Amino acid sequence: MSLIAFLGAIETGLLFGLVAFGVFISFRVLDFPDLTVDGSFPLGAAVSASMIVAGYDPWTSTLLAIIAGGAAGLVTALLNIKLKILHLLASILTMIALYSINLRIMGKPNVALLGDDTLLTPLEAVGLPYYWIAPLAFVLVVVVVAILLILFLKSETGLAMRATGANPRMARAQGVSTTMMILLGMAVSNAMVALAGSLFAQSQGSADVTMGVGVIVVGLASVIGGEAVMSTRTILLAVIACVVGSIFYRLAIAFALNADFIGLKAQDLNLVTAVLVALAIVMPQIKSNLKAKKRLS
Amino acid sequence: MIEIDNIHVTFAQGTPVENHAMRGLSLFIPEGDFVTVIGSNGAGKSTLLNAISGEIRVDTGSIKVGNQDVTRRNTERRAGDVARVFQDPMAGTCEGLSIEENLALAIKRGDSRGLGMAVKREYRQRFKTRLKRLGLGLENRLEDRMGLLSGGQRQAVSLLMATLQPMQILLLDEHTAALDPKTAAFVLELTREIIEEQQLTALMVTHSMKQALEVGSRTLMLHEGKIAFDVEGEQRKGLEVKDLLALFEKNKGEELADDSLLLG
Repeated sequence: MSLIAFLGAIETGLLFGLVAFGVFISFRVLDFPDLTVDGSFPLGAAVSASMIVAGYDPWTSTLLAIIAGGAAGLVTALLNIKLKILHLLASILTMIALYSINLRIMGKPNVALLGDDTLLTPLEAVGLPYYWIAPLAFVLVVVVVAILLILFLKSETGLAMRATGANPRMARAQGVSTTMMILLGMAVSNAMVALAGSLFAQSQGSADVTMGVGVIVVGLASVIGGEAVMSTRTILLAVIACVVGSIFYRLAIAFALNADFIGLKAQDLNLVTAVLVALAIVMPQIKSNLKAKKRLS
Repeated sequence: MIEIDNIHVTFAQGTPVENHAMRGLSLFIPEGDFVTVIGSNGAGKSTLLNAISGEIRVDTGSIKVGNQDVTRRNTERRAGDVARVFQDPMAGTCEGLSIEENLALAIKRGDSRGLGMAVKREYRQRFKTRLKRLGLGLENRLEDRMGLLSGGQRQAVSLLMATLQPMQILLLDEHTAALDPKTAAFVLELTREIIEEQQLTALMVTHSMKQALEVGSRTLMLHEGKIAFDVEGEQRKGLEVKDLLALFEKNKGEELADDSLLLG
């Protein structure tokens, strides 16, 4: 693997670490299987790319992308809480609706950011090679978001959110409004995913309406992969595991696609992903089965 | 203080399995009463507790907690006044959270929650003092996951959590029923001590008539969604299980068919 391919994998891994944070909040903290992600990722990209092309500064554009993502999460949560639609189905409805909305926002299937100022533009002036800029910038973003996320999950409100997912009846008995927690958690989760989508568009130089396909699977792969390779006993470890899992996944994919002897090609990406996720899910089970067998013999 | 006025609860109304669980029950519990509640399966014990805590909304009638009408409030808005220990030790605590996080959750029962750290240093000292009295060594395991504790230990912590903050009423829903006899006795004794020390108003559902007479200051028996009898003070002193049965037969004109109440 070349240095450029390696840094590319790190860059995407870091960005999808943000997606993994979002998936961690919905799937793990709230126990709310949320597929909205496939729509909120391109939503973040569409909003920021369209605004940047229209002449807004990249900071405002990124902020609005984050807010839009939060709103998408709220819609899914409201469909579930107020209209009593099954969480999985509620999120699929929002995701499908977002496809149209993203097309409307961009006015066409894709928007290119050719020569427009992005969040990364000021860094280009520093004089580093282009393939170093995005990974370094994203390390900073991921670290800041991770710290905020850890502090939040350890706060009074964060603790109430964790209790909501783990034992809603007990949470209510302690005076926690579980509906408020689901609304808040889903908004925060999708806001993070939209931030990832926005940064992805800015580093890749374009937003595309189809760029969200499979984002949820990658996010889930990162969360589960992180749990498979390291301990997630504390909140700190669990959040770090999201990023570790995400980078690990990217490197595994890059390795698989670069290794000629296996004969895999770029079009095999989704198949490889599905196999990796399936493996990561069954691995803990196989491990405990082996342990149990050892104990018996 | 609790004032329940003529409440009705019907489950699955208008269906073949319609169940009229609460049929015009009225009950007044003044401050400081420790009421034990007995009754056969389906008598409405759980429904009564759920109606007070807000898990179930009553069809008609009203519920006042500490002079406030809470009939239309949901569980989380009653939590400041109503504390509860569930029957299932797994239900009252979060196994994925640490012991101190569970307690931190409970120390804010009914309060607003902000963005400050949930587990504060000054709380920790308080948790330790409270845990120490359990005599289970849990004061040195604040950061352990709740899931590592046994059912009895978890139920003892649930009881601490419920009584960490002041409340109008403490609801105990057969909270020793799922434990082995020795642990059940320990948790019951602990309950008695805490209620006495903090002079709490409590409503304890139990499956055993013997237990119902041994603890508390007043005993209620429910039958078909109503109060079959209500004894306290002089009248209750010296009562035995067979007297309760006689009382029930006298008031209801029928024999009790549920043996489990006698055996427990």
